[in-house]
Amino acid sequence: MMTILFDGIAYGMLLFLLGCGLSVTLGLMNLINLAHGSFAMGGGYLAVIAVNRWGVPFFVSLPLIFVATAALGALLDRTLYVHVYEKSHFDQVMFSIGLVFMSVALVSYFAGHEQVFVDLPASLRERFDLFGMQIGAYRLLIILVCGAMAVALHMMLKKTRFGSQLRASVDDRRVAEGLGIRVRLIFVVAFAIGSGLAGLGGALGAEILGLDPSFPLKYMVYFLIVVAVGGTGTITGPFVASLLLGVADVAGKYYVPAAGAFIIYVVMLLTLVLRPQGLFARAR
Amino acid sequence: MRNITRAGVALGAALGAAAAVLPGGAALSQAQDAKPFKLGVVLPMTGPFQSHGKQIHAGMQLYIQQNGDTVAGRKIELLLRDDAGVADQTRRLSQEAVVRDKVDALFGYGLTPLAMAAAPISAQAKVPQIIYAATSSITEKSPYIVRTSHTLPQVASVLGQWAAKQGVKTFVSLVSDYGPGIDSETWFVKDYEANGGKVLDKLRVPLASPDFAPFLQRIADLKPDAIFSFLPSGVGAIMMRQFVERGLDKSGIRVIVMGDVVNDDSLNSMGDVVLGVTSAAVYSAAHPSPKNKAFVASFEKAFNMRPDFMAAFAFDGMHALYEALKKTNGSSDGTKLVEAMKGMSWESVRGPVTIDPDTRDLIQDVYMRKVEKRDGQLWNIEFDKIPAVKDPAKQK
Repeated sequence: MMTILFDGIAYGMLLFLLGCGLSVTLGLMNLINLAHGSFAMGGGYLAVIAVNRWGVPFFVSLPLIFVATAALGALLDRTLYVHVYEKSHFDQVMFSIGLVFMSVALVSYFAGHEQVFVDLPASLRERFDLFGMQIGAYRLLIILVCGAMAVALHMMLKKTRFGSQLRASVDDRRVAEGLGIRVRLIFVVAFAIGSGLAGLGGALGAEILGLDPSFPLKYMVYFLIVVAVGGTGTITGPFVASLLLGVADVAGKYYVPAAGAFIIYVVMLLTLVLRPQGLFARAR
Repeated sequence: MRNITRAGVALGAALGAAAAVLPGGAALSQAQDAKPFKLGVVLPMTGPFQSHGKQIHAGMQLYIQQNGDTVAGRKIELLLRDDAGVADQTRRLSQEAVVRDKVDALFGYGLTPLAMAAAPISAQAKVPQIIYAATSSITEKSPYIVRTSHTLPQVASVLGQWAAKQGVKTFVSLVSDYGPGIDSETWFVKDYEANGGKVLDKLRVPLASPDFAPFLQRIADLKPDAIFSFLPSGVGAIMMRQFVERGLDKSGIRVIVMGDVVNDDSLNSMGDVVLGVTSAAVYSAAHPSPKNKAFVASFEKAFNMRPDFMAAFAFDGMHALYEALKKTNGSSDGTKLVEAMKGMSWESVRGPVTIDPDTRDLIQDVYMRKVEKRDGQLWNIEFDKIPAVKDPAKQK
C-alpha cells in the first residue's frame, strides 16, 4: 500500500518535471510548444552520451544537462521560436509538431531506434525499508530533485524580481515594455528554464519511462494532460495535478489492472467537468 | 534489349546446369521467360519498427549475394517500398506494386496489421505473398500467403507445456496489451493449465505507459514461481531493469519470456539485467549449427550488425522462392509457385523446416534458450528443443 503510494508520487514528480515547462510557456508566454518533449528527449540522450560514453558521474551530469538543454532552448528560442510568438495558435501547433518530427528523425538517424539507458551508479540501485515502505533509491532521488525544483520555481515566480517582471510581461506586454522591462530577454530566460527542466526530466526519466526516438510523441499526451488538469500559468497547479495523476495511475494499475490505463483519463475528465479552467488557474 | 535477353539466356543456362545436380533442379531450367522476376518488397524501413525492415531487407540481400541474382533464367529484381509500419500505406504500396509495377510476388510484412492489410490484394491478384507477421490466422486470409517465420501459438503453447513439465507451479503473465501479447498469453495459459500449472494473475500493460512499478509490485506481492512475458523488445528491457531495481531478481522469481523480448537485434543493448532470462523461440543467432555460424559470420561482415530472427526468416523466405522458381522452371504463375512451396523441406539456419502443405506455415523445432555472456557479448544459448512443432491454432 505505502509502496504503491511512494511509486505513484515518484511517477507524478517525474510528470511534473517534464510538464511544468510546458505550463510556463503555454500559460505565461501564450506559446503552444508541442516540441517540449523533444527537449526532454534531448536531455535523456545527453545523459546517455555523457554518462555512458564520456564517463561523467551521474550526479555531476544532471546539472550539466540542465544547463545544456536550457542553452539549447535559448538558442532555438532566438532563432526559431522568435518567428512564431506573434502568430496564431494554429501556426504554433504546426510549427512545433514539425520540430517534433524533425527531432525524432534526427535522433533515430544518429542514435538508432532502440531503447537506450543511462548507466546508473550502484548506490541508486539500492532498496531499503522505511516504516514498512519498500523504497527504491532511484525513485527517492526523483522525488527529492523534483520536489526541490518545484519549490525553487514557485519561489522564483512569486518572490523574485525576475518572477514579477515575467508576470508583468505576460499580463500586458506593451505596458511592461514601457516600464523598461526587457520583455524579449525575460521570455528567452523563461523558455530556457522550461527547456532545461524538461531536459532534466528526460535524463531522470529514462530509467522509468524508457528513451527512444519516439519519446516526444509517446509522452506528448501526458504533458498536455498535466497542463490541462493543473491549469496553466502557475506552478502549484501542474504540481498537484502531476501528483494526483501519478498516484491515480499507479494505484489504478495495481488494484484494477484491467482498467488501469484509463484511470488517468477518467481523472482528467472529472477534473475538467468540475473545473474546466484546470485545478488552480483563474477562471477567464 | 537483345543483349539483355542473350545475357539472361546465358545466365539461365549456367544456373540450370548448376541446378541440375541439385534435387528439384533436375529439369534443366529454360529461359523460356527471360523477363526479370519482380519482387515487391514492402517493409517498415523507417519508424518504430524499422529494425524489422532493416533485418528482413539485409537477410534477403545476403541470400541474393550468396546464391546469385538469377534463378531458373529469371533475374530477381527487388522493388523496395517503405510503409513506415502504417497499415494503409502497406495496402496502397502493395496495390501499386501489383497493379502498376506488375510484381510477380510480394515479400515483407513484419507486423500483423500490415500483413492483414495486404492479404486481399494477394488473394485477388493471385500473387504469392511471403510474410513474417506472427498472428496465426493471417494465412487464412489469402491462399497465396506463405509464412517463413513462426506463429505466436506455435511458440507460446510449447512454452506452456515445457514450463509445466519443469515443475514450475505458479505463473503470473505480464504482456503488452496488444494483439501479439494477448495471443501469446492465451496460448501459454491454455497449454500451461492443461498440463497442471496454475496462473495466479494475467496482467496486461498498456503500450503507451511503460512504468512497470504497479505491475511488478503486484507480482512481488503474489509471489509466483515465475513470470511469463511478451513485450516489444525495447519495452522488455525497461521491464527487466525495473524488475532488478525492485529486487525481484533476488526473490527467486524466474523470468520466462517469448523469444521476441530478448531479440538478438537489441539483446546487447539491454545489458546484464537480462542475464539468465529463459525464452522460447525458433531462431537464435547462437544456434550451434555450421550453417548458422557461416550465416551469422557473413551477415555481420556484410551489414555490421547481428542477424536476428527476422533476418533468418527472410533468408528462408528467399530460399523458398528460389526453390519454387526452380520447380516451376521460371514460371511466375502465382498458383504454381505456391503449390511448389507447399511441402518443401530444407535445412534452415535455425534447423530443419518444412512448409506445412495444409496451412502454408512452417513446421519447425522450437528451442528453449537462456541469456548468457560469451566473449563479452550476450547470446541466447539453446539448451532444450521441442522438435517439429506445427501451428497448434490451426489443428482441428
